[in-house]
Amino acid sequence: MIELHFSLFNYFWGVLFMNFNIIRSLSFATLFTAIGVLLTPSISVAKSNIVIGLQQEPTSLDPTSDATASIDGMLSHNVYESLTTVSEAGEVLPALAESWTISEDKLTYVFNLASGVKYHDGSAFDSADVIFAFNRAMAEDSVNPTKKIFKVIESVSAPNANTIEIKLKKQNAFFLFNMAKGDASIVAEETAASNNTNPVGTGPFKFSSWKRGDRLVLVKNQDHREASSVALERVEFRFISDAAAASAAMLSEEIDAFPGFPAPEMLPQFQADPRFRVNIGSTEGEVILAMNNAKAPFNDIRVRRAISHAIDRNEIIDGAMYGKAVPIGSFYPPHGAAYVDLTQAYPHDTDKAKKMFEDAGVAGMEMTLRLPPFPYAMRSGEIIQAQLAEAGINAKVEQVEWGFWISEVYKKKAYDMTIIAHTSPNDMGNFARGPKYFYGYDDPKFSDLWSRIKTEADPEKRKMMLEEGQRYLTDQAVHGFLFQLPLLGIFKNEVKGYWSSAPVLFHPLKGVSVN
Amino acid sequence: MTYFLFRRTVGFIFTLFTVSVVVFTVMNILPGDPALTILGLEASDDAIEALRNKLGLNEPVLQRYFSWILNALQGDFGQSHSFGVSVSGLISERLSMTVALAVSGMVLTIIIALTLGIGAAANHRKFGDWGVMFFSQLGIAIPAFWLSILLVILFAVKLRWLPPGGFPGWDDPILAIKSLILPTVALALVQSAVLARVTRSSALEVMRLDYIRTAKASGFSRKRILWRHVLPNALVPIVTIVGMQFAAVVTGTIVIENVFYLPGLGRLIFQSIANRDLPTVQALVMMFAVIVVTANFIVDLLYVIIDPRLKERN
Repeated sequence: MIELHFSLFNYFWGVLFMNFNIIRSLSFATLFTAIGVLLTPSISVAKSNIVIGLQQEPTSLDPTSDATASIDGMLSHNVYESLTTVSEAGEVLPALAESWTISEDKLTYVFNLASGVKYHDGSAFDSADVIFAFNRAMAEDSVNPTKKIFKVIESVSAPNANTIEIKLKKQNAFFLFNMAKGDASIVAEETAASNNTNPVGTGPFKFSSWKRGDRLVLVKNQDHREASSVALERVEFRFISDAAAASAAMLSEEIDAFPGFPAPEMLPQFQADPRFRVNIGSTEGEVILAMNNAKAPFNDIRVRRAISHAIDRNEIIDGAMYGKAVPIGSFYPPHGAAYVDLTQAYPHDTDKAKKMFEDAGVAGMEMTLRLPPFPYAMRSGEIIQAQLAEAGINAKVEQVEWGFWISEVYKKKAYDMTIIAHTSPNDMGNFARGPKYFYGYDDPKFSDLWSRIKTEADPEKRKMMLEEGQRYLTDQAVHGFLFQLPLLGIFKNEVKGYWSSAPVLFHPLKGVSVN
Repeated sequence: MTYFLFRRTVGFIFTLFTVSVVVFTVMNILPGDPALTILGLEASDDAIEALRNKLGLNEPVLQRYFSWILNALQGDFGQSHSFGVSVSGLISERLSMTVALAVSGMVLTIIIALTLGIGAAANHRKFGDWGVMFFSQLGIAIPAFWLSILLVILFAVKLRWLPPGGFPGWDDPILAIKSLILPTVALALVQSAVLARVTRSSALEVMRLDYIRTAKASGFSRKRILWRHVLPNALVPIVTIVGMQFAAVVTGTIVIENVFYLPGLGRLIFQSIANRDLPTVQALVMMFAVIVVTANFIVDLLYVIIDPRLKERN
């Protein structure tokens, strides 16, 4: 009996190993040579190709009808172009409009369009396309996600095929900057409807293919007016949402660049690896502990100030971002020209916070902290929960998914506190959006200040007002101001010319090279 | 048999109907709005309203449900809210990869589990048995996503034998198969742990029976006893578990596709739920339900083939 079992077992293992031996002797060597041969082309073929990893995959490829940031990240100013564009420093530059003049009263803009521009489908670009694109974005049934940037426009007209005249209802200091956005892409009438699956633009790269769930490929547009200075021949975006998978894909050199790397805790590994360059840049994203100012007890400035004292930014940055973020004390990016350092306005002081909570009569109170599904928010949330607990406030953490957050927290204002990054540039105006906005903050003094900022044309005066705005928001402790969202990028050493910061949602690949 | 088929068909239709109602209800109760998720934070109210009208979200819920079911019966699953293309197109472009992954995962599971399970039973209370028991215990304890990461680190990052993820499509079959090896192994190793244990105990039970002793006494070869007498009689519980595991493998692809960033149905359903893309979620859940119900049906048919006595009982 024992013997029987023993040899049966041997039989099975024998079969197993026999197969193994066959595989090994016959084909292990050939197999791996074959694999090597197969792998080599994808690595060493012409260096003008780049493979870029992205965490977020869009469901549409049309930036004028879908707000997903990765559409702008991949396509705006690469495939699509707007009248203007923005440099890494945030200054407005010409794009489809070669130059422009602004009238004395700052209400009429005349744009001179670049000549000889062609869409990727071969059709010519002229002022009629601009008229179409603007009318489409401004129409009653327009689904443009940033429709409000067009609200200031009184009329758009085309004196001739190469000129566009735009009249504004009132002065707007951000108009030229806003016209650079992907939402203001100049799309052609013939292709606008199919841009969601087959984007056609005028940019330096042409759309080649999109395999949903896997990759999107662009190729160089040889007819572009700046084609001679574009180094890349082929750009491949790979969609990898999982942080561990993204890290493995970088380490195995499947991809060349991961400009928005999701996991700060994995960076030291790449910093220590001579093959890679790690870049910690800045974004326009102010991360705030938002409080529902319309709701008790957050309508009480004493409570808001107490919360500002209770939170310890450095601990949050160390714990949630592994030290890789810059603290903020108000709602303005630290790299901006008008930045004022207000991080010491409410120094971390648990005892003081405790006392202030007691004075306001909220000590021991229960508050909910609803967190969207972003690592920076979920990690910061847990630390803030602990810090509030020390100061005698019982914060209940609720992790919700994005669809829930945007509908319940953002639209219905059903929340006490939440953590969110505001990634738009020049978004201090959020505090002037009145009681309908999810801040629930309605302060005529700030609204008045913002309307003056918006229409002030003198940069020096505007800067002073922006500084005043920062101080005012900090004084009112509207929210807990935490840190500026960093842009963590990992690049193979060969990759050059990538923007290290993200002043806007798009990332032009015109100046990127691999050598 | 006719009665059996009739009963199963009615059950099948009832299951699908229930699933469709549940999905529709849940997706409508769940807070969230596809128009909001598409247009994002800066969208103005009139743009959101315009998009809701365009997507048909302002029609009454019941009307939306019945128009969906009427179209679905005619094979039209509608347009995806967020992708803006037909749902059947979205599914068909991803179906082949997920099916390939699930089927190869299941086949590998069965091969590993039967080999190890029978091997362990044949070597009861000896070193090989303990080894199998130990590793299957480990397999039950290890989550598939963690095992996947370990496999990637070893075979993709260190050894560079296989890609760490992604799927290039079937145009290049060798590359396609290569990119499915690690996901298949990750899927199968964890699944086969359970099945190996079931196989082992089921085989042990049969080995204890009189007719096996008789067979041994009659001087049959060990090989013949194992293949002709032990395995067929041990199959009923094994097939039951295989049927249940098929459902687990199909849903397991959701996790595996995320770790290996494969463009399959699992990732699609993930993305569609987050986007509140009801037509896509509805169609996918229905499809998964059809697969699971069909797998159970096949298991029931297999019982009768494996053990003809069950037919008479029916």
